[in-house]
Amino acid sequence: MAGSDLAEEMSGHTDTEFQVNRRSGPDRLGALLVAIAAAGLVFQPFSLFRANRIVAAKPVWLLSALPPLEAWLVLAVVIAASAILLLRTRPALRLIVCALTLAVLALAVGRSGVFLTPPPNSYARVAPGGSFWIVTFAFSIALADASVRLRMSPLGRLALLALTGGALWLLLWSGAWDSLSILREYANRADVFWREARVHLLLAVGSLAVAAVVGIPLGILCFQVRSIRATLLNSLNILQTIPSMALFGLLIAPLAWIGAHVPGASAIGIAGIGIAPAFVALFAYSLLPMVSNTVAGLQSVPREARDAARGMGMTTWQRFFEVDMPLAFPVVLTGIRIVLVQNLGLAVLAGLIGGGGFGTFVFQGISQTATDLVLLGALPTVALAFAAAIMLDALVEIANPVSVRSAEA
Amino acid sequence: MIEINGITKAYDGIRAVDDVSLTVESGEIVTVVGTSGSGKTTLLRMINRLVEPTAGAILIDGRDNRDLPGHELRRAIGYAIQGYGLFPHRTVAENIATVPKLLGWDRRRIDTRVDELLSLFRLEPAQFRARMPHELSGGQQQRIGVARALAAEPAVLLMDEPFGALDPIIRGKAQDDLIEIQRQFSTTIVLVTHGMEEAIRLGDRIAVMDKGRLLQFTTPAEIIAHPASDFVADLVGSADRAFRLLSLSPVDDLAEPGDAQGEPIDASASLKDALSEALWSGRAALPVARHGAIVGRVTRESLIAKAGRPQ
Repeated sequence: MAGSDLAEEMSGHTDTEFQVNRRSGPDRLGALLVAIAAAGLVFQPFSLFRANRIVAAKPVWLLSALPPLEAWLVLAVVIAASAILLLRTRPALRLIVCALTLAVLALAVGRSGVFLTPPPNSYARVAPGGSFWIVTFAFSIALADASVRLRMSPLGRLALLALTGGALWLLLWSGAWDSLSILREYANRADVFWREARVHLLLAVGSLAVAAVVGIPLGILCFQVRSIRATLLNSLNILQTIPSMALFGLLIAPLAWIGAHVPGASAIGIAGIGIAPAFVALFAYSLLPMVSNTVAGLQSVPREARDAARGMGMTTWQRFFEVDMPLAFPVVLTGIRIVLVQNLGLAVLAGLIGGGGFGTFVFQGISQTATDLVLLGALPTVALAFAAAIMLDALVEIANPVSVRSAEA
Repeated sequence: MIEINGITKAYDGIRAVDDVSLTVESGEIVTVVGTSGSGKTTLLRMINRLVEPTAGAILIDGRDNRDLPGHELRRAIGYAIQGYGLFPHRTVAENIATVPKLLGWDRRRIDTRVDELLSLFRLEPAQFRARMPHELSGGQQQRIGVARALAAEPAVLLMDEPFGALDPIIRGKAQDDLIEIQRQFSTTIVLVTHGMEEAIRLGDRIAVMDKGRLLQFTTPAEIIAHPASDFVADLVGSADRAFRLLSLSPVDDLAEPGDAQGEPIDASASLKDALSEALWSGRAALPVARHGAIVGRVTRESLIAKAGRPQ
């Protein structure tokens, strides 16, 4: 009895020892990210102070950007979190620590705005500095890595996205960032901002919707009629290679003509410049991914399944809706994801030709050398594209449980 | 009964199937054997009109198969293919229920039928109903493919190399299953294969095809004993035709009264197995057992005599 107990204890002991061995040593990605964050904190300012909107910025390091107690607290949080990232800790813990650190950083940068520009001063501007961006970047990557290591289900990822969105909204709504320069720019343009946001979404999502309505049937046609497949896909390929600026230029003449000669066209905004050419260009760029993904999706349907469907007496329509489309759908959805993310980014260019959208702020900001105004256009664009990518990736995975399950097996 | 009358299918003037006539009796297994490009699959696909013939007609139980729209005809005929063609996005139960659903059976009847078929193929219904096809082994997928083809109780079952992708041991079991199910339901089966071994093992009669033409249509014993041409003889192979002939009949056929020593052989075993056992154990005769009781014997002499070319 005693002997076997001892043996068990020993084997248990070696087991833990083995585990400790396997788990010791720093986490590689963690180490890299901590190094990046540390470099950011040491070499870059936490905030940028400008006496007014367009003069050169004066860098402010973390310890002077906040009241001393708060500054040391932020530093302590970042160091503690870095320690957890360095060690091989559990993904769930890493996820929570990263989220908390990001929240502390977000609050701190808002506090820094208040601290550096006491209320009566309405000309001075405070913007987040290099170290804020770098540390935020490092912890965001760590957060994304932790969520990957957690192997979250698609619904879990959607929930995490919703949570992040909610936290961001809370931050903006609470006014914690109101003293920062980007929000000062926003406050001056609140009405315009939301109008341009609507235009941006209309451009990106609207052109996608039209491209789907046109592109999916076109893809089905391409698949059914082999002879037109190569011609059509090659034409769309050529369309895709036209640079966007050139395409805008090419569209001016025909759209101006339509606006001038087709009754009612100018009333709905069709003209040589403005929203119409931007919409048409985004639609044109969306067509190739939609058509080619529809063709690829239909090609991925196993030939035997199609033959069996016919051999068992399904009609043409039954085969199309019950076999072809469900099996092609995940690939078509992947096409929609590509187009949506691409369009959200490309729609910025509409700002160049008076088409509106977040691009308006970007190009205004560039011409006024007002970085904060550029960011007011760029940050929402990036956030939208990012959210769209996460959302549609999750949807693709939900729509395609087969490949995911077999990938896990 | 399937009557194929002078059926021809030409693609761009080349005859894939050239004036083939044959009749498959009700409750019979006919195997169609030939090399690739012989037109055997095209012939099969003309029965359920997946391919429309250029000339000729096919009658099923006396009715021209063009009397009904193609999809309605196909719902009444079972269809199983190589690679099985299971729908990857549907569960096992949904796959099996395909034709009953097309025919508008009510839910309860479909569920009962699905469970019945799963049990018939030795797949525990509770365990397999909700599985997806990619979670099954090749042999299980094959069985689901045949179960799906049989779901609406068709009188005729068409099979195109249904065992082609299975390894030899699983294939042997699947072939036994098919024979047993066919006996149980007396389904008329037309099965296309490129292997003469399989054609002999499964077929009540064998149709040999080459270059679109029907070369010979007769029983396995006749094909082995009297191949109609050199091509058929090659397909059968001359090396072990004596044993192939013996493999067609059960020991029962040669059992005679009398005693013999040693381990008995079952009456339902093939003559080939009996001769092999007699040679291996060096016995001149083997006792024959039926349901465990000795009913007589079979002699090596009679087995060897039987293995000669029939007159």
